[in-house]
Amino acid sequence: MTVVEAEWPLYEVFVRGKRGLNHVHVGSLHAADDAMAVRHARDVYTRRNEGVSIWVVRADAITASSPDEKDPMFAPSGDKVYRHPTFYTLPDGVPHM
Amino acid sequence: MSHDPLADVIGPDDPGSPYDADSLLIGDDAHWAFGTDFEDPLAGVDTTLPDGVDPAELAEYCLMLGDDALVLSQRLSEWCSRAPDLEEDVALANIALDLLGQARLLLARAAAADPGCVPDLPPSSPVPPEDALAFFRDDREFRNVHLAEAPRGDFGEAVTRLVLLSSWRLALLGRLRESSDPVLAAIAAKGVAEVTYHRDYAARWFVTLARGTDESRRRLASAIAVLWPLVPELFAAHDIEVRVAEAGAGVEPAAVLDEVTGVLDQVFDAAGLERPAIDLRPHARQRGRDGVHTEAMGLLLAEMQVVARAHPTGVW
Repeated sequence: MTVVEAEWPLYEVFVRGKRGLNHVHVGSLHAADDAMAVRHARDVYTRRNEGVSIWVVRADAITASSPDEKDPMFAPSGDKVYRHPTFYTLPDGVPHM
Repeated sequence: MSHDPLADVIGPDDPGSPYDADSLLIGDDAHWAFGTDFEDPLAGVDTTLPDGVDPAELAEYCLMLGDDALVLSQRLSEWCSRAPDLEEDVALANIALDLLGQARLLLARAAAADPGCVPDLPPSSPVPPEDALAFFRDDREFRNVHLAEAPRGDFGEAVTRLVLLSSWRLALLGRLRESSDPVLAAIAAKGVAEVTYHRDYAARWFVTLARGTDESRRRLASAIAVLWPLVPELFAAHDIEVRVAEAGAGVEPAAVLDEVTGVLDQVFDAAGLERPAIDLRPHARQRGRDGVHTEAMGLLLAEMQVVARAHPTGVW
């Protein structure tokens, strides 16, 4: 007999709305396998006509940045305003901008 | 119909509804969190009665289909907070709500076809006719099959009942899309997508339980043993069903037997179980369509109707 797990694995759910261009993370749920996760996501996260497409992925398959690294990871970009195109003044003569 | 039941359920114009255009929850159509573009399944449908069908018989036929949905919906609602998992809790509640919506449309159609079938209430009562039918009839006036009213049982019974009833109802609704009554046809068209999902949900669990642990398989087998005697009734035609079918507005239950057994054979096959035979001899049938019900029905109705009956002039 197969081993019975006490707890179903956690899945993260992404839903694309009718007019949405991309899938947006909406929450998480438990399911025994991938197929059940899609159905649970339909039942839990699209019951108010929110979506036209669902992605699910096992939470343990996601690699995330660590909160401990927040400063070295993200702080350096905080003062680099010149990385935005709007930082630069364009001469009036430049076409197609 | 003078009263459009869906306007209350869905109505984007309903003041105070979370789907209100001015509500904080919505307003930006591109926002993912709450859906928009709700559709009224009866929008633009001709509600005049079709020729050649006796209105009282059409009403009774609608009560049969509506009561099946209403009573099964009430049974499934009992799973709220009791399901094995939060996700299953929501799934079962969704299915119950789908069926409640079908019941509401069907009871409203029954009342429109034959206002005489609606129980009398005080003139000051604001209760709409479909609610009067749901909450102010006694068990002898309900036309649902026994499989819908059977006690809640365990999760194995819930899954088995739903496999059986949704396979049967889906076959009926599929054919009812061609009904000569345009309202019945529209209700069926809306219901087909819903019940297709119910059947898929239940069949997946049926196979999972059958191929799961020794305990889940044992429970499923016992659920089949308990519920199977209630299956013959699904295919036993009542006189009303025969006549409404002959008039082109209904479906004779016997006509879907092959389709339903074909589906059930697939499900039982996948589950590695042998499907019991269906005893079609007349004495094997329950008579829910005649208003003959079990004790479980009385208790179900008591719980479902008590608040409405205590306040027949109440406004909710």
